[in-house]
Amino acid sequence: MAVPYALTERPSYAGAPRRGPVTRLLEDQRWLAAVLLAPTIVLLGLFIAYPFVKGVELSVTDATVGVAGHFVGLRNFAALMGDSIFRIAVANTFLYTAVTTVFKLALGLWLALLLNRHFKGKALTRAFVLLPFIIPTVLSTFAWKWMFDPTFSVINWTLFRLGLIHARINWLGDPGLAMVSVIIVNIWRGVPFYAISLLAGLQTINPELQEAAAIDGARPWQRFRYVTWPLLLPVTMVVVLFSIIQTFADFQLVYVLTGGGPANATQLFATYAYQIGVGTGLLSQGAAVSLAMFPVLLVVVIVQLLYIRRVEIH
Amino acid sequence: MARIGRRKLLKLAGAGAVAARSGGIAAILAAGRAPAYAQASSVHWLRWNDFVPASDELLKKEIAPAAEKALGIKLNIETINGNDLQARTTSAIQSGSGPDVICALNNWPQLYAESVVDVSDLAEEIGKAQGGFYEESKVVANDGKKWIALPWCVLGAMICYRKSWFAEEGANKFPETWEEYRALGKKLKAKGRPIGQTLGHTFGDAPTFTYPYLWSWGGKEVEADGKTVVLDSKATVDSVKFMTGFWKDAHDEGGLAWDDTNNNRAFLSGTISATLNGASIYLLAKSKPDTYLTEKGTPLWEDILHSPLPKGPAGQFGYHLPMSNMLMSYSKNQKGAKEFLRWITSKEIYEKWFTSQQGYSVGATTIWENDPLWQKDPVMLPFRAAARAGRFPGYAGPADRHAAEGLSKYLITDMYAKAVQGMPAEDSVKWAAEEFKKIHA
Repeated sequence: MAVPYALTERPSYAGAPRRGPVTRLLEDQRWLAAVLLAPTIVLLGLFIAYPFVKGVELSVTDATVGVAGHFVGLRNFAALMGDSIFRIAVANTFLYTAVTTVFKLALGLWLALLLNRHFKGKALTRAFVLLPFIIPTVLSTFAWKWMFDPTFSVINWTLFRLGLIHARINWLGDPGLAMVSVIIVNIWRGVPFYAISLLAGLQTINPELQEAAAIDGARPWQRFRYVTWPLLLPVTMVVVLFSIIQTFADFQLVYVLTGGGPANATQLFATYAYQIGVGTGLLSQGAAVSLAMFPVLLVVVIVQLLYIRRVEIH
Repeated sequence: MARIGRRKLLKLAGAGAVAARSGGIAAILAAGRAPAYAQASSVHWLRWNDFVPASDELLKKEIAPAAEKALGIKLNIETINGNDLQARTTSAIQSGSGPDVICALNNWPQLYAESVVDVSDLAEEIGKAQGGFYEESKVVANDGKKWIALPWCVLGAMICYRKSWFAEEGANKFPETWEEYRALGKKLKAKGRPIGQTLGHTFGDAPTFTYPYLWSWGGKEVEADGKTVVLDSKATVDSVKFMTGFWKDAHDEGGLAWDDTNNNRAFLSGTISATLNGASIYLLAKSKPDTYLTEKGTPLWEDILHSPLPKGPAGQFGYHLPMSNMLMSYSKNQKGAKEFLRWITSKEIYEKWFTSQQGYSVGATTIWENDPLWQKDPVMLPFRAAARAGRFPGYAGPADRHAAEGLSKYLITDMYAKAVQGMPAEDSVKWAAEEFKKIHA
């Protein structure tokens, strides 16, 4: 292909024309910063700020699907206070988040410590550990649904064959067990995220610190307690923060496994918001249910970020 | 479709200015829609993935080309999971763009009444020509003043049961009352052949059982005024009390977690003796006679019969899922979409689809009860006039938004689910009644 002459000729810097007004403007750091930040601000504004503001706007109206609605103040939130299903959803969400977070952290940390050792096939094992996190949640949850199936559960079949049970365990049909089941699946899906993130944190810790502690006579537990854990804490806090936010707003897993049933035993904020907003078309009330999560998450975020800052300063 | 370039469009806009007495491109922009000649003459129809795959195939391979030939439109049929239809409908309405026609389940047209086109003329025309609509089809697609959707079909729900297993317990016909059904179910469960019924959060099989069960005992959500909640009644409490014993005596207790597919699998694998369902279990077993076998090795379909739900103290009822087509008001091709609806619901075209359903769904109009299809297979006969005994949630009030809210919150289903899990009958009824009062407040 012929290359146009103008493109092949490199003009010398000395002979360049005077810089244009845009170039001069961008030489000012404040303007350059604004220009560089603009794409991020636009993206955040479009995909985070706008939906959030829209959600707040919806929650203070009586809007339904296709009807804009009128301003009703905090009526939707007041209605939620007297809603027994909402109260169940609140209790369930707290329980679900608390239990899964504790288990995910403990198991994730344990797994990270194991993966941080040198052994044959380390890279492959690390890749496999990530699998539950990589597979689309809906797909893996369907597999779990089969495993918990009241009639065809492979878990029941195995326990039965091993002689450990004599009657079927009604995993998703019993209210208590249904919650246990969704918690198990959430932990299974979340542990790799903790493990890999904490592993990354572990690898930033200088091995010499461990060696020095060992020479000073520190036992493995003491080395973990006084060397590893304090250095890993900032990473752990960030991981826990992300995890709490995601778990608190979890939807797919419960929607696929139980639909919030039986009798709302596994109903969460997000599934209830969907049921009200989409199932019944009451967009404003659905938005109010969603926004009820916001103050809780805000407090979690503020407390944790303040704590991380304190740790970093020290 | 002919390509229209930028220059040509401007030229056409200029010509359109004369014809439409408008101000050219400015007026077109002001109107907010493309001029007629620049529009694609296509109709986008959104439906669920049919439980009878042959029907979807017929629509895409035969009906769509036929529509193009007969109406000159390009018919774009999109099928998605039934559970996702409402999310798609909501986003289409809120964004003001999407399918021209959406095939809705239940009383969804009442939820989206402000966003659909009045199709009264079409509905009256079809109803008149085809023997009138079933009441159940009418209450979901008519808001009392006008038709907000055009009824499409009714999915019959019947108890599908094992003939030989029932006969072994001395039942040569299906029990007539709930007491008889419970007594028989007790014997069947003792042999490891329980009745299978979901009381879970699933849109089809759970409410199509719990609502008619409630009605058959004389219970109802509200009075005919659509406001006065009367659920907390002796009839409802009696129904809940009976259910707790019935559940323990005769049912597979795993049913509390079942969705709309669990009972199909359980029946086809021979772990339950009876279940309320559409005809899909029987039709599937019949289409694969070598796959689905009885314990004796004979084809399962030969051992299947259908029956309506038994009678209660207040009568015998059914709730069969109605479907209707909503013509969306944001559609840019309302005229074409309406013509399409008229065409596809006409007797000769609809008949093709109706036949492909093999009785899984009945027509929304009574004329289809006389179709020769019903002569082909006596096992399917109970479905033929099923829709006549149909009522819709919200009874005795209208099938409005309040009814939909109670339905989507699974209040009636959960009232029974809570009781079979141990809550006293009076308390579970009180809980459900209070929730309905909040809905109607």
